[in-house]
Amino acid sequence: MRALRILLEKEFRQIFRDPSILRLIFMMPIVQLIVMPLAADYEVKNVRLCIVDFDRSSYSQRLINKITATDYFQLVDYTDSYEKALVYVEDDKADLVLQIPSSFEKQVIKEDKSTLFMSLNAINGVKANLGGAYLRSIIADFNREARLDWLQLPRFSPQPTIKISSINWFNPTMNYQVFMVPGILVILVTMVGAFLAALNIVKEKEVGTIEQINVTPIKKYQFILGKLIPFWVLGLMILTIGLIISRVIYGITPVGSLLTIYVFAAVYLLAVLGMGLLVSTFANTQQQAMLLSFFFMMIFILLGGLYTSIDSMPPWAQISTKFNPVAYFIEVMRMVVLKGSTLIDIKMHLSIMFIFAIVLNSFAVWNYRKRS
Amino acid sequence: MKQFLFFVQKEFYHLLRDPRTMIILFGMPLTQILIFGFALTNEVKNTRIAILDNSKDPVTAEIIQQLEASRYFDVVKNIKSNNELEPAFQQGIIKLAIVFPQRFQYSLLHENEASVQMIADATDPNVANTLSNYATAIILDYQNNMKGQVEFPYTINTEVRMLYNPQLKGSYNFVPGVMAMVLMLVCAMMTSISIVREKEMGTMEIILVSPIVPIHVIIAKMVPYFLLSSVNIGSILLLSVFVLDVPIQGNLVLLVSECLLFTVTVLGLGLLISSVTDSQQIAMLISLMGLFLPTIMLSGFMFPIENMPVPLQIVSNIVPAKWFYFIVKTVMIKGLGFKYVWKETLILIGMTIFFLVVSIKKFKIRLE
Amino acid sequence: MMADTAISVKQLTKRFGAFTAVNEITFDVKRGEIFGFLGANGAGKTTAIRMLCGLSFPTSGEATVAGYDLFRDAEKIKKSIGYMSQKFSLYEDLTIRENIRFYGGIYGLSDKEIKSKTDSMVQQLHLQEQVDKLVKSLPLGWKQKLSFSVAMLHQPKIVFLDEPTGGVDPITRREFWTMIYEAAGTGTTVFVTTHYMDEAEYCDRVSIMVDGKIDALDTPMELKRKFNAPSMEEVFVQLARKAKRGE
Repeated sequence: MRALRILLEKEFRQIFRDPSILRLIFMMPIVQLIVMPLAADYEVKNVRLCIVDFDRSSYSQRLINKITATDYFQLVDYTDSYEKALVYVEDDKADLVLQIPSSFEKQVIKEDKSTLFMSLNAINGVKANLGGAYLRSIIADFNREARLDWLQLPRFSPQPTIKISSINWFNPTMNYQVFMVPGILVILVTMVGAFLAALNIVKEKEVGTIEQINVTPIKKYQFILGKLIPFWVLGLMILTIGLIISRVIYGITPVGSLLTIYVFAAVYLLAVLGMGLLVSTFANTQQQAMLLSFFFMMIFILLGGLYTSIDSMPPWAQISTKFNPVAYFIEVMRMVVLKGSTLIDIKMHLSIMFIFAIVLNSFAVWNYRKRS
Repeated sequence: MKQFLFFVQKEFYHLLRDPRTMIILFGMPLTQILIFGFALTNEVKNTRIAILDNSKDPVTAEIIQQLEASRYFDVVKNIKSNNELEPAFQQGIIKLAIVFPQRFQYSLLHENEASVQMIADATDPNVANTLSNYATAIILDYQNNMKGQVEFPYTINTEVRMLYNPQLKGSYNFVPGVMAMVLMLVCAMMTSISIVREKEMGTMEIILVSPIVPIHVIIAKMVPYFLLSSVNIGSILLLSVFVLDVPIQGNLVLLVSECLLFTVTVLGLGLLISSVTDSQQIAMLISLMGLFLPTIMLSGFMFPIENMPVPLQIVSNIVPAKWFYFIVKTVMIKGLGFKYVWKETLILIGMTIFFLVVSIKKFKIRLE
Repeated sequence: MMADTAISVKQLTKRFGAFTAVNEITFDVKRGEIFGFLGANGAGKTTAIRMLCGLSFPTSGEATVAGYDLFRDAEKIKKSIGYMSQKFSLYEDLTIRENIRFYGGIYGLSDKEIKSKTDSMVQQLHLQEQVDKLVKSLPLGWKQKLSFSVAMLHQPKIVFLDEPTGGVDPITRREFWTMIYEAAGTGTTVFVTTHYMDEAEYCDRVSIMVDGKIDALDTPMELKRKFNAPSMEEVFVQLARKAKRGE
């Protein structure tokens, strides 16, 4: 027990004396939390629109005014040639071209219908989808208004209509940052655990100090605990810094209880540290350790549902998320911060994370041999 | 010249004799492409939703059937009351709930109007929007197809054409980005570490004392990673075309040349990093924090640049990957020619020259 | 096994695949002896030492170190031995005092003992000014002497020294050997490897490894007589010339 305490003293001293680690610990949360949510705005807005108007009637003008009145669309140019408009899209200066045929107004009145043409840059599928949908709804709105104008329909509409009322729960302002920030906190904590811990141990291997430890009566479990505990503490520290930054800069306060978050984070860190430990038993140089942990981190984070939804993944990928600790944490974070889920709600996640921690750490301990 | 080749040979040995590193350097791009290509998509489908039918009449049954048939939705069957909704959302079981009030059909027929409530989990606003849109479309579709429908006068139809990516495949967006990421990792990070490791071990001094020209040392260090990157580029392109079905629309020669140009740019960056530090750990950290993260965040491939606040947009201009991503998108996906990317190419060339000149200068200073 | 045999080795072998690094070596080291373990590079010295310290698992053979069996009780051995390697001994980013505290604590010394040992060590080595400075700032010679003292901190029965005086000036080397003599004088067995043949003369007995086997084992005087050599260096050269391994 005392040996462990002495070991921990040494570890903490070394960590806090290492300037690059300190810099990292404080810079990382700041950079990631400040830059990333600002950058990570998936909201579809500022869709750049180029309108080709062959009609140039007051009718088409009204439609155009209605479209540009919203903040959603930005009118890039108003031209009379489709080719010119297309160049804008090719040049990446416009996302969407709306073509209004000549005699648009006349056609609607005389022939009862007319067709508009939309061309969308679909490389970004989401943008194209939502942008197109929104434009279509504006046009439909316009259609209804115009119809009322001409027809003077009786107030009692013969057409049965279904009214759809839409409510948004948990993020009523539809703020993307609220969505990203909890996920980014997860990444931060994960990096400390897997990355830094692995690097630290491998550095000892590289420099040779690990041999010195192997010669002493220190037991395997003491050595490993001696490495786990400081980074565990560090991970929780970063989480705290991150939570403070989220509060101060984004005004995000968890709907659920902070305790729930910390409890899960504590167990999660054990699992992730176990992973880092495991990596360090396989790597001999810092470069290998870094690449290995980076590789796995990347896969876990990408497949963890941070940027894209797990539901849309093919079945094999969805199954893989069951084995992905990061996915669990991301889900828990979002659930607790945004929806106010409680410990009971996440008990499944918690138990699974315990299992991860035990398995990974046991594997690592078993793999670490004092004697080669 | 012969000296130089010897050097290159030594550098290859370093690389080839580290199988763990090699596996990762080759395996990473492949894995990423596969993940991005097959697993990650912004498309919405098979999302679990709940439908609360308080009316249970033929109309609601019909609408529900349409919803269930849709590939966007996966209807969760066992939510039967309002109280179960919130916990279902909180536990992450559903992302959308559709609630039909009592006497839905009755209201529709006799009062000509009935309401439906849609509750969306707006944690991910885009998903919420998309789900609502899809559900709304299905419901409105039903409405328009109901019997006794009067053909409405004055209808404006819209015909939609999706350019460049008619199937709205997520991979079109990602593949160019993965290329940028991989090249950044392999070239910048590995090169800088390789050079710094030499410094750390002390062997750099020995080399500098030898008759070999220092510049040749540097170039020799870049060669294996240049070749490695070329192999990576090739495999990524092959995978994209044959496995992911992302065709190369534009000129292959142009595309490959631009990729090679970017490789050199990034190698220059790696060089720059190695000239400012003597410690491997720091080189790694700088590569990661200063290069890799910004590449991911600000190059435009994960997050759209036009959505970013203006200061970030300005910063994104110094991220080489941003220009590269644009070029690849334009040439590979849009199929356009050089005249559309000459500006960006010029910028990349300029950056490359800048990096190389500055790092060489720094190296010279250290030697004196 | 007699009470005053510190190390007893029988047919100890270490194989790495098809390569036999250490080939059935057999020897005994008496308690309090200064035992020189010599050999050319690649002869198998470091591998042998690592086995005896419990850092490497022997392929076959028997060994007893400090009264404990190498195979069964490796962990128990560690409490009774000290180790100082050429590669490293102390943590560069900790101060002298912190290093002493660490190793003292690891080996079970109480806080009081650590404090008193620190004081005496610092006095002996004249390091009063540097005691709270990082080890990184010490010149090599001081580091080596300090490492040795730290290895002796817990009063081990045997101390293993792997090329302890590499790269150090002659005066420091002599001071170092004075410390070794003192240690041996208090009953500590010293097992030392070195390339400096003059240091071989300081040992009680010397063994010379060639190609994984022990080709000679005796006191320096006897060896010089047997090989008709004026110095240990001559003895060494005669033996090592036959070697097929090494540089």
